[in-house]
Amino acid sequence: MQSLTNRSKVVSNKQMTLSEKLYIPAILAGLQVTIQHFFKKKVTINYPEETREHSKFFRGRHVLKRDDQGRENCTACGLCAVACPAEAITMVAEERKKGEEHLYREEKYAAEYDINMLRCIFCGLCEEACPKDAIYLTNRISLSNYDRNQFIYTKDMLLEGNEEDLRINIDNRRNGVREGAN
Amino acid sequence: MVLVLVLFLVSITIAAYSTFSERKVAAFIQDRLGPNRAGPFGLLQPLADGVKMIMKEEIIPTTSNTILFVGGPAITMITALMTSAVIPWGPSITIAGQKVALQVADINVGVLYVMGVVSLGVYGIMIGGWASNNKFALLGAVRASTQMISYELAMGMSVIAIIMTTGSLSIGNIVHHQNGWHGMEWNIIAQPLGFLIFLICAFAECNRTPFDLPESETELVGGYHTEYSSMKLGFYLFAEYVNMFISSAMITCLYFGGYNFPLMDWVQSNTNEIWFALICVGVFLAKIIFFIFFFMWIRWTIPRFRFDQLMNLGWKVLLPLSILNMLLTGAFIIFNQ
Repeated sequence: MQSLTNRSKVVSNKQMTLSEKLYIPAILAGLQVTIQHFFKKKVTINYPEETREHSKFFRGRHVLKRDDQGRENCTACGLCAVACPAEAITMVAEERKKGEEHLYREEKYAAEYDINMLRCIFCGLCEEACPKDAIYLTNRISLSNYDRNQFIYTKDMLLEGNEEDLRINIDNRRNGVREGAN
Repeated sequence: MVLVLVLFLVSITIAAYSTFSERKVAAFIQDRLGPNRAGPFGLLQPLADGVKMIMKEEIIPTTSNTILFVGGPAITMITALMTSAVIPWGPSITIAGQKVALQVADINVGVLYVMGVVSLGVYGIMIGGWASNNKFALLGAVRASTQMISYELAMGMSVIAIIMTTGSLSIGNIVHHQNGWHGMEWNIIAQPLGFLIFLICAFAECNRTPFDLPESETELVGGYHTEYSSMKLGFYLFAEYVNMFISSAMITCLYFGGYNFPLMDWVQSNTNEIWFALICVGVFLAKIIFFIFFFMWIRWTIPRFRFDQLMNLGWKVLLPLSILNMLLTGAFIIFNQ
């Protein structure tokens, strides 16, 4: 009968030949395989000293960007929350008051901005949805924790620093440059 | 007396570094790096392991027989260390007009002594496994004793062929007998079959893969040392490495010319006595280290036997083959007279 796939194999119950019965040639062949592996290049990465390269498309922890004058970009329009397939993003919007022009770029801002990192699937749709260049995914690793509550990243954890050296260069992700522990 | 101390320290050091190199060899064969954190290249790892073993909590099961439970690892360790006394390390040297043999005791029944002490080693395992009062430990102990008894026969038979050709039971004489052909008249050339049988039996006697059924983790938790903890467990594991060292030394002495090496007589005539002895000891150690490596190499190549296969191999293959080898050797000696 013709077989449907070419994957099936006919079982052979033929008697073993003398050299197969002796096992010694098979053992020698096995020894040859293992000694070749002995001299092979090792795959281990010595972790604290070396780190594994991220792919160019790696998407890690989010960052909320400021503009070049240090004002928050986010206007709490909620497009990221709508785009998020995992519904990880929640926010509370607030009107900008007089005298807060140096803090927020536009008349509305996010008073609270939470991302639940247990829900987040790091798809990057929030970044694509954002019309204000406010949210980006960086190549920083999302940290582990002992407490589920600690995985809800609040605005102060997501927002980048105001000072020049605390700013996060989002191009690093595409260029494969590793960020510091910021 | 000094030699005893030196030998003790050498055995312990080699065994300690065998545990380290076992992990390294395993890692290298599996394309990993192995322990490399404690000291340069991880060389202080055995020290760290030893400290860890001693600092661990000692648990003696309440249902165990305490005296036997403590005695088991002690017997294993003592018998493992005792064997090294009859191994000749090099040719004798003259210090202050006295001839000093580089051997603790050149007793004239050296081979018999080794076989005797090695077979005592199984008592440590049996007592430990029995005293644990645990079915896995007992099964491991039963397996160990069956295996040791089965393979000791074939081992003894293959050694008898060597004794017949040499005409002496003293290991010193056996090594000296392989001195011919510029130090190349090794017994392996005349006794390849005997060597193979002895090698397989040595693996079985040391409870090394593919014969590690007494302590098979996958079936018996840990075999005879399931209930052991702390340094008592350490002694069992350590004794295995000491046994490996002694077995390698025995294989080298009986089949690979001991401290004899090619062009030996030429080296002897061109150096003084002390240097020559040192070179001999070095060559001997190198051969031992190669065989220890071979033990590990085999371990990470071949999977474990099934128990009935083990018994078949021991009784139906190795024993008849070793008797055949003995008869052939005897016939050869008689026709050559």
